[in-house]
Amino acid sequence: MTRSRLSPTVAVVLVLAACGGAGAETPSREVLVSAAASLTDAFAEMKTAFETANPDVDVVLNLGPSSGLREQILEGAPADVFASANTSNMDRVIEAGEVEGEAAVFATNLLQIAVRVGNPAVVTGLEDFDRDEILIGLCGEDVPCGEFARRALADAGVTPAVDTNEPDVRALLTKVEAGELDAAIVYVTDVASTDGGVEGVDLPADQNVVAEYPIAVLANAPNPEAAAAFVDFVLSDQGQAILTGYGFSSP
Amino acid sequence: MSHLKKRRVAPGRPPPFLVVLACLGLVVFVVPLAGLLARVPWSQMPRILASDVVGDALRLSLVASLSATAIALVLGVPLAWVLARVEFPGRSVVRGLITLPLVLPPVVGGAALLFALGRRGLVGEPLGELTGLLLPFSTWGVVVATTFVAMPFLVITVEGALRNMDRRFEGAAETLGASRWTVMRRVTLPMIAPSLIAGLVLTWARAFGEFGATVTFAGNLQGRTQTLPLAVFVALESERDTAVAISLVMVVISLAVLIALRDRWWRAL
Repeated sequence: MTRSRLSPTVAVVLVLAACGGAGAETPSREVLVSAAASLTDAFAEMKTAFETANPDVDVVLNLGPSSGLREQILEGAPADVFASANTSNMDRVIEAGEVEGEAAVFATNLLQIAVRVGNPAVVTGLEDFDRDEILIGLCGEDVPCGEFARRALADAGVTPAVDTNEPDVRALLTKVEAGELDAAIVYVTDVASTDGGVEGVDLPADQNVVAEYPIAVLANAPNPEAAAAFVDFVLSDQGQAILTGYGFSSP
Repeated sequence: MSHLKKRRVAPGRPPPFLVVLACLGLVVFVVPLAGLLARVPWSQMPRILASDVVGDALRLSLVASLSATAIALVLGVPLAWVLARVEFPGRSVVRGLITLPLVLPPVVGGAALLFALGRRGLVGEPLGELTGLLLPFSTWGVVVATTFVAMPFLVITVEGALRNMDRRFEGAAETLGASRWTVMRRVTLPMIAPSLIAGLVLTWARAFGEFGATVTFAGNLQGRTQTLPLAVFVALESERDTAVAISLVMVVISLAVLIALRDRWWRAL
């Protein structure tokens, strides 16, 4: 009788071995990765590649706005790895003593204006974001993409005529894709992910904001070995190649 | 109304295992509330509740939930009457359609509304061209989203009451020469009044707490589309004290309305 699931006894032995911190063994079991919503596609491929290299590990992705993930971690939700879309959310987790070791920046991203296909509202830059007659969306102020977008707008001296503050970058992008919003500020990687569902308008380099993505193993990680292995994998050449494939830059 | 009074049965001693299960059931409701209460920043409450964000959200929530209840009354009662009294092919399909918003994830409802009534939507596009009316990102969008999610409570409650009521009273009134409109106004509506009120209260309460369909269809902007639940969601990510304070306001308002009206009207149910 072949069964793919471990018998309870074997499972208990494995858990005890893992808790004992046996050290140099290959990582096993489940590793829960809380990752920013803008990493959705890149981390899906990262998961597959990591699991291929480590067949005993099951990567579980918990995707959402970085600020929401931070709250989950601070409230004690079990997670092994935190990958944030900005440094401020990671800093709050570090201050709370929830990070094991140090956080490392594993990717950078740039902002881009997403407009409807054909750009019917003729949006050419940040200057258009104070136009009342078109429908403008941003991410909420506390979500990284909203924080960066507001910084870019403030630097450009533009007071945006916002029509909606969406809870995360994917929700915002969906509304542009559906044609409900004329323009929104998202990441370069998000525009690329829609395969032509929206069009991107580049920001000049002096107006853009570089978003840094930090990653860290969490102090209360149920599976610290696998967590460390996953972080190493993200930082490795193979992991970086996956990220650049989705439009991210290497730090 | 004497015919609505029920005979009281003297309560016997309840089986112990039922009591234990009932207590466990109660725990499911009480524990989250206790968790919320434990986090209430009492000293900060006046400052938080006096803020613009909370004031705007409270006003919008009241306007949207009461508008949704009014629309449900005007459109939902006739719908319930037709479903209860008129035989037509596909009636069970219609009934299923009306129940759908109760079980559908609200986000799905919001997305469906967007595809139907959005700027590029099936109905929304011609509507916008004819009237210039744009529902998403407007307070009207919030009213539409909350009505969609909450109206089924009214239709189902009223339909049930219409089907279960003793129709001989209506027959008697008709025999005595009352017109159909008079029968409806003087006999039918008073007889189902308790159920109607209960349905309205449930509809209002559901509309008051609506989140998913609203944020998906109407967006989130303070003063225009940000209701109390949306304000809680936004605050949860930055200022937890504010989130807890607004949650407490919602709990208090909802509980007060439900308890007050339950005692007055629901005894008949």
